[in-house]
Amino acid sequence: MAIEVAGNTIDTDEEGYLTNRDDWNEEIATAMAKEDDCDLSDNHWEVINFLREYYEEYQIAPAVRVLTKAIGKKLGKDKGNSKYLYELFPYGPAKQACKYAGLPKPTGCV
Amino acid sequence: MSEAIKKFMYVNRKAPYGTVYALESLEVVLIGAAFDQDVSMAFMDDGVFQLTKGQDTGDTGVKNFSPTYKALGDYDVNKLYVEKESLEERGLSLDDLMPLTYEDEDDDWNEKPSIKLVSRSELTDLMEEQDVLMNF
Repeated sequence: MAIEVAGNTIDTDEEGYLTNRDDWNEEIATAMAKEDDCDLSDNHWEVINFLREYYEEYQIAPAVRVLTKAIGKKLGKDKGNSKYLYELFPYGPAKQACKYAGLPKPTGCV
Repeated sequence: MSEAIKKFMYVNRKAPYGTVYALESLEVVLIGAAFDQDVSMAFMDDGVFQLTKGQDTGDTGVKNFSPTYKALGDYDVNKLYVEKESLEERGLSLDDLMPLTYEDEDDDWNEKPSIKLVSRSELTDLMEEQDVLMNF
């Protein structure tokens, strides 16, 4: 599979995750979100950027439980809970946000 | 059905790169961490190299997953037993290993070391206590 962004074709796997993480840019994230009828707000970007930093440090996309806890620690308790994260990413915060962040699907429970 | 918590120990005996054992073990541990069991990892023989600092896989074309061991604390896997004799036989000491830590929920989230040095006989005793041993 692939996604078209600004005239470029970017390879993805069968579930829409980027094949090559280095292809990522913000336009791609926006285009992926648009396909899911999702407009990215600052709150979405906060989570997406957090995931990219997490991956950079640990070379892994965190499981949803770990993501929730870590977001709570970094951005505050009102954001570190499943309700908030599922409202932003109804297809599953770890799964959907990782896709927009250009990361592979998380290891373990998504 | 009983919901008793079982003691799982993942025993790592091989160097991190060159075979798939170390990465497979790490992935099983991270996936299994969702099940709220009592999980520990043991590192012995060449397995102690899995925790050494400064791994660089740049020239091998293999992903460097060594930083992922640092995420174990986030997954509540915070008992990493390293066998003293295996370290010494390879000319290594605790200083050669990554400083892995976790935050202790029961102690105001204080950061504590996850790595525990144990002797061969202490590790034997720990293995005796386990319900499940998985060897990689």
